[in-house]
Amino acid sequence: MQLLRIELYKIFKRPRTFIAFGVITAIILLVQVAMKFGGEEYVGLVMSGLSGTFDAPAGQVLNGYFVCFIILNLLLIHVPILVALIAGDMISGEANMGTLRLLLTKPVSRVQLLLVKFFAAASYTLILLIWVAILSLLVSIWLFGTNELFVARGLEVNILSSSDILWRYIAAFGFAAVALITVASLAFMFSTFSDNSIGPIVACVSVIIVFTILTQLQIPFYDETVKPWLFTTHMLGWKGFFYVKGEQGVTIDGSIENSSAILKSGLILLCNTFVFLAVAIWHFNRKNILS
Amino acid sequence: MSVIIRARDITKTFGREIKAVDGLSFTVEEGQVYGFLGQNGAGKSTTIRMLLTLITPGSGDIEIFGMNLPRNRKTILRRTGAIIERPDLYKYLTALENLRIFAKMSGLNLTDKVLMEHLAKIGLADRAHSKVKTYSQGMKQRLGIAAALVHNPDLIILDEPTNGLDPQGIADVRKLILHLSKDLKKTLLVSSHLLGEMEMIADSMLIIDKGKKIVEGPTAELLNPEKILVEIVTDNKEKAIAVLRTTKWSGSLSDATNGNIMVELHKANIPDLNGELVSNGVRIFSLRPKHSLEDYFLSVTKH
Repeated sequence: MQLLRIELYKIFKRPRTFIAFGVITAIILLVQVAMKFGGEEYVGLVMSGLSGTFDAPAGQVLNGYFVCFIILNLLLIHVPILVALIAGDMISGEANMGTLRLLLTKPVSRVQLLLVKFFAAASYTLILLIWVAILSLLVSIWLFGTNELFVARGLEVNILSSSDILWRYIAAFGFAAVALITVASLAFMFSTFSDNSIGPIVACVSVIIVFTILTQLQIPFYDETVKPWLFTTHMLGWKGFFYVKGEQGVTIDGSIENSSAILKSGLILLCNTFVFLAVAIWHFNRKNILS
Repeated sequence: MSVIIRARDITKTFGREIKAVDGLSFTVEEGQVYGFLGQNGAGKSTTIRMLLTLITPGSGDIEIFGMNLPRNRKTILRRTGAIIERPDLYKYLTALENLRIFAKMSGLNLTDKVLMEHLAKIGLADRAHSKVKTYSQGMKQRLGIAAALVHNPDLIILDEPTNGLDPQGIADVRKLILHLSKDLKKTLLVSSHLLGEMEMIADSMLIIDKGKKIVEGPTAELLNPEKILVEIVTDNKEKAIAVLRTTKWSGSLSDATNGNIMVELHKANIPDLNGELVSNGVRIFSLRPKHSLEDYFLSVTKH
């Protein structure tokens, strides 16, 4: 615990750590301001594609839960980059500064040091996500109030009653935490291979881009062989908590349409995390420290 | 005196061809200041990194405090303090914060009062709350030494501790090394290419070149004006070596890296050496005695 405290202390003493918090705060506030002053127009635009099959007053659709849903759709694609900024710097940053060799001359095993640094990166990721949750959910609820949540799925709309939403957000943020820790572990793994901070961050973002392209390619060969194992295929699994079962056009409170798919996605993300961490440990244990 | 470091036949190769350390063996005894000399790229830092488990040797074994290094890494490092090359610290933290971190990494929870005493010893108490990025090179070096000593180690390894320091800084480090050795009875391994400095502080020395041991021994013996090294310049090196192999100096023959022959002998024996070679038909162009360590060092490591 002492070592973890030291690592967190070092992370939160660096000014660059707060870039991510600043960026996230700015984006969320911008979206909230836009929704405050032009939200009803936006809702009308979104719902126009559904006209004829669905009709609801924009004032009813626009509420804190809806704004949070929009923000998460926007942010959870880009937060990984902010996570990579810190996780990709955990080992390589120390090597770059020249402090890694000093740390490794202390009576701490390499595995212990690596795990402590990984948990520090994971803790940072969780703290960042909690900040996202506070701003996007609590501040949105405070600004826009609560009501039913309208979730559009193609030409379909799921309407969730306001009493059935909060737990879904808590579960979604929990899932997002698993997904972001997977990204953190990937950046962390690259961090053990490099002696400068930029390389691992670029490598991590590049992998996310390539995997995302593969995920979106509609080619049967990849659908069956590669896609199911890519972490990018499962990163947006948090949305599954907002897809509910229905009977005769009415949604069932407390239900999840495909809970086994969410569980499977979560497990695949955890497997990816373990693989990335195992590679990091294997490599770092054999690495000659020349920096 | 007990042996603190015993390295046996250690080798390290990078890639397929670069042999940074080649079959190096040496021992450091308790209470010694052990000078580790060599030109840049001679293999000093690689050897030191192997002693600190930063690099794994390709072959050979290392014992520190009588324990096998890889098997007892933590126990050994708990009793060892080190600076490797530049004293890099967390520049965005203050001196006090840096020292607190390195104390905690060594398993110590020292109070700020104790940490301030450490900083006072190296003359940084008044800058304890300044960020390290505002420090001069000399201040960083002193803080690096404080970080290496904060857990009161028995063995201190300093790799080029005077690099980048001004003359006053160099003198301060020299004074500190002598204080640690003579007053606190610590064992020190100090690497440097500043031979003059080594002459002043080291009890024993090891000179390496291209990863190989050139010579090892007590400084006083290496600098003994009676026992000197003579470089023989001849047009028939093979014949000269063959003749010398039959003489009493065969055991003190060595190959200078510039292609000439080196023989260690007493000054009074130089005429005998000359006579022996000439009488056996070896044409001698010159016999150059090497007196100081610097001459000696340059003669054995000249490329």
